[in-house]
Amino acid sequence: MQKVYSRPKGLTDAEFAYCAGCFHSVAHRMIAEVMEELDIIDRTIGVCPVGCAVFMYEYMACDMIEAAHGRAPAVATGVKRVLPDRIVFSYQGDGDLASIGTAEIIHAAARGENITVIFINNTTYGMTGGQMAPTTLVGQKSTTCPSGRDPKQAGYPLRVCELLATLDGPSYIERVAPTNPAGFNRTKKAIRKAFENQLEGKGFSLVEILSNCPTQWKMSPIESLKWIDEHMTKTFPPGVFVDR
Amino acid sequence: MTDKKLMKGNIAVCHGAIAANCDAFFGYPITPQNEIPEKMSELMPQHGRVFLQAESEVAAINMVYGAAAAGKRAMTSSSSPGISLKMEGLSYIAACELPCVVVNVQRGGPGLGNTLPGQADYFQAVKGGGHGDYRLLTIAPWSVQECYEFMPLAFDLADRYRNPVMVLMDAIVGQMIEPVELHANFEIHEYPKPWATNGARGRARNIINSLWIDSAVMEDLNNRLQAKYEQARRHEVRLWEYRTGDAELILVAYGSTARICRTVVDMAREEGMPVGLLRLISLFPFPEREINALAKQGARFLAVEMSAGQMVEDVRLAVNGLTDVGFYGRTGGSVPTPAEILDRVRETLHKPPVMSTQARREVS
Repeated sequence: MQKVYSRPKGLTDAEFAYCAGCFHSVAHRMIAEVMEELDIIDRTIGVCPVGCAVFMYEYMACDMIEAAHGRAPAVATGVKRVLPDRIVFSYQGDGDLASIGTAEIIHAAARGENITVIFINNTTYGMTGGQMAPTTLVGQKSTTCPSGRDPKQAGYPLRVCELLATLDGPSYIERVAPTNPAGFNRTKKAIRKAFENQLEGKGFSLVEILSNCPTQWKMSPIESLKWIDEHMTKTFPPGVFVDR
Repeated sequence: MTDKKLMKGNIAVCHGAIAANCDAFFGYPITPQNEIPEKMSELMPQHGRVFLQAESEVAAINMVYGAAAAGKRAMTSSSSPGISLKMEGLSYIAACELPCVVVNVQRGGPGLGNTLPGQADYFQAVKGGGHGDYRLLTIAPWSVQECYEFMPLAFDLADRYRNPVMVLMDAIVGQMIEPVELHANFEIHEYPKPWATNGARGRARNIINSLWIDSAVMEDLNNRLQAKYEQARRHEVRLWEYRTGDAELILVAYGSTARICRTVVDMAREEGMPVGLLRLISLFPFPEREINALAKQGARFLAVEMSAGQMVEDVRLAVNGLTDVGFYGRTGGSVPTPAEILDRVRETLHKPPVMSTQARREVS
């Protein structure tokens, strides 16, 4: 019988500690598959964030660096500048990339730094207990906006792709929603392109993955996918923002 | 023997970094250290190495973190307020046991302070500075020649101990112009870095990390760091004694203040006062045993620094009550003059010691 599905070589044998249905597992697996397909596992250095993906270094089969909260693009820049022939990616959540690390991601993008950024936007601080994130939707409840995000008090969500698309530096910016088979395939293609761009020396590539957090959203995984489609995509429309 | 050239301390730092085979410089503008990133933007590309102006001091130290993790010799430079911003990164770098060099051209503080000389970042430099139990190996040049020579030393210490090293200067040392000989009289050792995250080709993957959820594992890391610092205390104390042999009062100082104190020692000697100077070169490790030994011989101490009294605390800990430790300091960018230090020397020697020589013998 033909084997059509197996563990990608880009992953270690460690079991994911993520909650059932969480997209971190999906994104990790896709990055691992892309590294295997492009045959770059032994020359890739990943930089992981603070947040739920803080243990990403346990799961990826490549060299990994654990960065301080928000600083992954600066750490990745340091690696890439001294080892330009290696492949360097950062993996960051919305708190990490769009709040505490806003300066680092904007300037890495503006420099056109030849790195790949995988941005997981799930509108919440999952690991610390579901506090309001820079991407929390207007009206969305969190432990620090229990009656829903009120723009008068807490401002508005940050649209990272749209923001970075105003810059001349980035080579590729896309937002994807892997909530159905088509979106799933689109996500895998986007991640692959973001790594291929780096191999081709095209410069900064970022893929924003609209993600779920069934635990903090207090939903089943299926309900969380519906919520992404019905609510998140209104504020964060999927699409290609930069491709050059 | 090469020719001597006139240059600023900050420029000599850059030539020293090149001589030390520094692979990458990441920095951000702040006075009075701007000559360093400016000169490095010229020298590093000339030597085929990396220069990058970061978007902030926070980003600069994290770029250093990445380059050091990749196994390269990396450095950054800044001045007091900028150094505060680097403290988070330095805690991570120390915890990950990565080598790097940080130059602090200290200015007057606290807060935004001013761009005049200061030595009030002493605690931050020698006690760790960021969160957690770690130390920076700290060395303090007092001449432009040493600004050059201490860079290879700093990179060597960093690689040997796998620990960040701080070169602690001040606006005088960074800005003054002196003749310097850009010699090559030092060996640059290559240290194997099998731990580097530079791509897992032909080896198991490497991980650079400071997150250890298990308290026993985290404590093991702390114990390893402390053992390393104990090694440094045994092997890396550096100081210079001037006319201390028969001195009844020993001035303790570092950097530009030590230069002023050397003048004071000569002035005091002309007046017949038995005064010497202990010039600290390594601030961490601190010359605890050496100061304690001098205290046992009966000498009193006067700590002189451009702060409200920071290094003096370490002198007092080293003396451990055996003898008197006085303090003279200026702050906020004010530099002590030889005359005002000499006044304090006269005043100190005029007063009888709190403990008699007999009492000191009994204690020791």
